[in-house]
Amino acid sequence: GEKEKLNMKQADMRGTKEKPETSEDGDDEEEVNNDGEVRPELLSPEELEKLKEAVDEKKKLIQSLRGKPWPMKQKLVTLRESQLFVEKYEGALGKGKGRKLYAYKVMMTKKWMKFQRDFENFKIACIPWEMKIKEIESHFGSSVASYFIFLRWMYGINMILFGLTFGLVMVPEALMGRAYGSIPRKTVPRAEEAGAMDFAVLWDFGGYAQYSVLFYGYYNNQRAIGWFKFRMPLSYFLVGVGTVAYSYMVVIRTMARNANESGIGDDNSFNFSWKMFTSWDYLIGNPETADNKFASITTSFKEAILEEQESRKDDNIHLTRFLRVLANFLVLCCLAGSGYLIYFVVRRSQKFALDGLENHSWWERNEVNMVMSLLGMFCPMLFDVISTLENYHPRVALQWQLGRIFALFLGNLYTFIIALMDAINLKRKEEKVVKYNITMWEATLYNGTGSENSTAPPITIHPADVPRGPCWETMVGQEFVRLIISDTMTTYITLLIGDFLRAVLVRFLNHCWCWDLEAGFPSYSEFDVSGNVLGLIFNQGMIWMGAFYAPCLPALNLLRLHVSMYLQCWAVMCCNVPQERVFKASGSNNFYMAMLLVILFLSTLPAIYTIVTIPPSFDCGPFSGKNRMFDVIQETLESDFPAWFSKVFSYASNPGLVLPFILLMVLAIYYLQSTSKSYKEANVELKKKLQMVIQRLDNF
Amino acid sequence: MGTTASQLAKDSLSEYQELTFLTKQEILLAHRRFTELLDRDERNHPNPRVPMEVILTLPELKSNPFKTRICQVFSTSEDKDGSLTFEDFLDLLSAFSDSATLEIKSHYAFRIFDFDDDGTLDCGDLEKLVNCLTGETEDTRLSSEEMRQLINNILDESDIDKDGTVNLSEFQHVISRSPDFVSSFKIVL
Repeated sequence: GEKEKLNMKQADMRGTKEKPETSEDGDDEEEVNNDGEVRPELLSPEELEKLKEAVDEKKKLIQSLRGKPWPMKQKLVTLRESQLFVEKYEGALGKGKGRKLYAYKVMMTKKWMKFQRDFENFKIACIPWEMKIKEIESHFGSSVASYFIFLRWMYGINMILFGLTFGLVMVPEALMGRAYGSIPRKTVPRAEEAGAMDFAVLWDFGGYAQYSVLFYGYYNNQRAIGWFKFRMPLSYFLVGVGTVAYSYMVVIRTMARNANESGIGDDNSFNFSWKMFTSWDYLIGNPETADNKFASITTSFKEAILEEQESRKDDNIHLTRFLRVLANFLVLCCLAGSGYLIYFVVRRSQKFALDGLENHSWWERNEVNMVMSLLGMFCPMLFDVISTLENYHPRVALQWQLGRIFALFLGNLYTFIIALMDAINLKRKEEKVVKYNITMWEATLYNGTGSENSTAPPITIHPADVPRGPCWETMVGQEFVRLIISDTMTTYITLLIGDFLRAVLVRFLNHCWCWDLEAGFPSYSEFDVSGNVLGLIFNQGMIWMGAFYAPCLPALNLLRLHVSMYLQCWAVMCCNVPQERVFKASGSNNFYMAMLLVILFLSTLPAIYTIVTIPPSFDCGPFSGKNRMFDVIQETLESDFPAWFSKVFSYASNPGLVLPFILLMVLAIYYLQSTSKSYKEANVELKKKLQMVIQRLDNF
Repeated sequence: MGTTASQLAKDSLSEYQELTFLTKQEILLAHRRFTELLDRDERNHPNPRVPMEVILTLPELKSNPFKTRICQVFSTSEDKDGSLTFEDFLDLLSAFSDSATLEIKSHYAFRIFDFDDDGTLDCGDLEKLVNCLTGETEDTRLSSEEMRQLINNILDESDIDKDGTVNLSEFQHVISRSPDFVSSFKIVL
């Protein structure tokens, strides 16, 4: 329509005079022959507008071509036609007012789109381990691969956390702070110097490892260091807060994205259709996995049909209920028992510490970590056995299992923290005693030269000889580092023994064994997706808890994840077989994200509690000498910002303003939740109406 | 110099990037894998067509129960023999790629499941679909009673207008609610 109109107008105009063309320079229009020449000067503004719209429409068509289910030939023809149209008329539109600007805009848009496309290609090429994960996907299906994708995502988060702690905390102190040995807190005390370089001490993170940028105690409380006045204590505090804030943001953003993609919650009304249309995993490229998949699909069909029939029958419901109650009771006993065991072991280790660690064997020194790791290994198996009493559908049983393991890990972690709190209180009591002793010691020093006048030279004492106050923050950091290392070691050793050794034995002993080892009892192990994901989530929780007190933790975790990726990829391909029952825990992505969010919240609670209530040690760390750690913010506001800023801030932090704000946010949340609920209900109503309307139409 | 048939021309490459959901590396990889499937003499052909049996030797398609249907759906040959040109192959990879939209995946999934190509999924199509999914061996097949019940359940759930068949919009409605579809309907070279 548009083209014809223009052509008609040209035909009219050609009879009359021809306007001379003004010479354009820097114009990127094409040379068109006389027949297709459009003269925008002769078109009215509305027609110009319509032409522009047509060009825009063609551009939109080009953008949407890849989403059209046409064969490539048709798409190519349409693309070339549209591109020709756009080029011809876009260049022509450039004639007239502001043509240079328009042409420039067009060129920049094209360059920008090309740049975006190249950048997308580059970003995708940069994703690490893509080939490894693809191989695992084709052998084991997408559920096992989802663990490795999760691991890779965690690696990304830890990379950022590492960047923050390393770049803004560890490097400035190492480069611009005072060197090792210059002040007492940065020196190994004389008493420990003898064993400071021993491997055993270093492995335990004592000795030179303790008095380094790896732990809280090394940092000096000088307000600004270096030639450009880097505010060290402020940076330490803000990095601590920033890592938590960043983690929250990333987890919530991922959850929101997953929720959008997976549609509106889990609708159980399409059970059979989904099984039929979406159960095949097209990524499977391995015949053995495909056979397993066929078998599992058949089983799931048969089960679903049976379930549909049996959902009316419920015999022996009392027995089932009793067994389930019994099972839950047993699980609770287990959890309580493990919590008590950890508490007992931690108290014992404090007693050992008071006696002096050298007097005890290796086991007694590392008791706490070993007990926690062993509990984490054996209790889930116990839960598995108990759950056979309950007779649930496998998906429901899996959720119960995950919930129980979650409760176990959480209980263990919190018992550990409570026991740690006791140790902190002990150290704080010790602090008072040491402070008194130090004043006495300083008095004797000056008494010795007190008879002289103040013109006497100051006594120089080697920093290693100065009596030191206890440092509970470094102790907490050390405990967490030790826990994570022992956890990592346990995971790797169980992997090597439980998977690799087992596979080797089954493979080679099978020739000379009475029954078929491969089909019968031990056989090859399957990859436990949920157990591994939970382990990863809890590991990250420990990092979040301890990162404030040991800035080296994100670096350690990065190393651990890197090694884990390679080790587990190798182990999966080498020792595991595809799962027999491959049922998709659909929506499990958001389930794991939700657990991660809960752990994030629960991990940051203890750190926040200690920051807000416990005064920092007087003799170590960037906040020594302050009453509370967050006083550094107050100090910065007062000294580094103009006066009116701190006044505004003090108004803003007035409870009279903060409480109404919190109330407002609570109301907003309530409102949004109720609107979302009403949308869901409206959706269900509309669906029913649709069915009724269609049936009514059919009846006519 | 000129480009040989075994190399992609630069503007073809950018056109294909525009028209598919694949990145430049993926298109080049697809071209390489496609040329490997050709014989020596076919490689200099301007627009070679690979017969279905050769396509089905690709490891990504070999174990797929719908491999013949996939080839037939994406094939543009007049004899409907399932042979693919390079452009058909790109169409295939684009629909199965990670960044493809739900609409295009569900459209092609519908055509793949429509065994008799009549535009709707009727009982015959659904039965063939179930048999594909449960494998070839006798002990994994469903009995005719189970089959009947399964098909009834599916039609109960998805057939909104109750005409005994599932058409494209009903299919897309069911599929769009599924959280697993997009992640499982993927083939990556």
